[in-house]
Amino acid sequence: MSDIRTFRGDDAPLTTAKDLEPTDATGPLGKPKGDSLVGKTVTINRPREQLYRFWRDFSNLPAFLDNVVSVEPVDEGRSRWTVKAPAGKTVEWTSTITEDRPGELIAWASEDGADVPNSGRIDFRDAPGGRGTWVTATIAYDPPGGFIGKVIAKMFQREPAIQARRDLRRFKQLMETGEIATSAWTRRQYEEEID
Amino acid sequence: MRALTWHGKHDVRVDTVDDPEIINPRDAIIRVTSTAICGSDLHLYDGYIPTMKAGDILGHEFMGEVVEVGSGSTLKKGQRVVVPFTIACGSCFHCGKHQYSACDNGLPADNQDIAQTIYGHPMAGLFGYSHMTGGYAGGQAEYVRVPFSDVGPIVIPEGVDDDKVLFLSDILPTGWQAAEYAQIEPGDTVAVWGCGPVGLFSVQSAFLMGAERVIAIDHFPHRLELARRFGAETINFEDSKTYEALLEMTGGIGPDACIDAVGLEAHGFFADNVIDQIKASTFLGTDRAHSIRQAILACRKGGRVSMPAVYGGFIDKFPLGALMEKGLTLKTGQTHVQHYMPGLLNAVLEGKIDTTFLISNRLPLEQAAEGYRMFHDQQDEVTKVVLKPGMDLARAA
Repeated sequence: MSDIRTFRGDDAPLTTAKDLEPTDATGPLGKPKGDSLVGKTVTINRPREQLYRFWRDFSNLPAFLDNVVSVEPVDEGRSRWTVKAPAGKTVEWTSTITEDRPGELIAWASEDGADVPNSGRIDFRDAPGGRGTWVTATIAYDPPGGFIGKVIAKMFQREPAIQARRDLRRFKQLMETGEIATSAWTRRQYEEEID
Repeated sequence: MRALTWHGKHDVRVDTVDDPEIINPRDAIIRVTSTAICGSDLHLYDGYIPTMKAGDILGHEFMGEVVEVGSGSTLKKGQRVVVPFTIACGSCFHCGKHQYSACDNGLPADNQDIAQTIYGHPMAGLFGYSHMTGGYAGGQAEYVRVPFSDVGPIVIPEGVDDDKVLFLSDILPTGWQAAEYAQIEPGDTVAVWGCGPVGLFSVQSAFLMGAERVIAIDHFPHRLELARRFGAETINFEDSKTYEALLEMTGGIGPDACIDAVGLEAHGFFADNVIDQIKASTFLGTDRAHSIRQAILACRKGGRVSMPAVYGGFIDKFPLGALMEKGLTLKTGQTHVQHYMPGLLNAVLEGKIDTTFLISNRLPLEQAAEGYRMFHDQQDEVTKVVLKPGMDLARAA
């Protein structure tokens, strides 16, 4: 069905494996960047072409990717990413699109010299039963400071696994409802929340 | 504005807080005219619900006048609306199936982790009911920000009193859904545990759905009297053995359907309840669950158990064997309020259902803390407290 699933003796995605080599999951992306892997799927009640188009316009991403401060185009297929890191810092990298199949897949890899080397792919697949689209984010990354950096990041909730799950929920909310749910009840609370 | 805020176990206060504003396009701001204290608010008051923060505004049963609308709202300023306690988007898969309380998008993304961990999935948002259900400011306030206002609130025709329609926000649909989940057939005997508001509305609903007999169970004489007024037979569990009485009153068969409208703070001195209480206070378990155990044991073979009662966590000694061996059907869940509101509003307007009998006390919002104390301490006489933010203190006295 999909090339993010490789035969291992069962039908579960590789990102749910108990013992994981990240090199397995990114497969056709070539040499992966990083040694931690995040994979998450969400079902969105919208057609995949619409979801792909919205995601492919990278200027839309900071609206729902909580930690992404900005994505600036550099040239065709390359973009400059500024992303929040723990303790009020930001990290930056330039990313290249490694594969782009309209309505199906966007894959990228960071260029050499990235603060957080990373590569990944967003797959858009028809959900069974006419339920819209399965959007799967698979991200391999090299956390700053290795294991310790990951623990610190988790404390500040900038850990990519938590972040990916929440970001996909925000993407779903924006696509299905036209807005992102918030419990803020004043503008000031809201500004602090999205800051 | 003024609002009832939570500060800890048995500590709620009316404070001055910021006025709500429109944040998202589909929002509306409601000026609250009536707002009730719910039995489930007492779970917060008693400190049973985790993820509360000091200063949280409580209240999820409210109605009022639309004073401001976002660009995506379908409401108009000046309309009177009743607001469902569940915050649901109307556009996800579950809302499409009218399973509004299972909405995918009602909770802010960051608040979904807790329910995902405890329940396996995040649920809809709720007003004024802890951060696990979204951390939304509640309706025991002068004003409320209502998200997805194009889907939730129902417009009330001119000239209909608040008291007649306020309970469309939660307890009337909850009692109705409980009876519907009991799959009542003509000739059925239905037993209802708990004669609080939801239990009493379940009694009414069960008769409207064709039950031949309803047996109501409680230990507060006044509440049993209210159930009797709607035609129910009663069991006072302090005077009679409930299981034995139910079997004798049904010729040994047991009730065809059992409705547990008690939930996680079951009262009464029963061995399993006392053990639950010890565990709950030592964090070994969170829910006290005598009523659901008894409902499963008493229910006839092949019968239905409906559980509108609120449970939040884990119980043990659950009679899973009885559920399986007797082939019972168990149906439960938070109420899909938006699904039931239009039909129930019509039933109220046509006079088929009257809910005003329930209101025992009307207080200004300023006396909300007193309202909680009364509702908590005098459960026999105080059946329902309605707070009226516009009511002046002199008139209440």
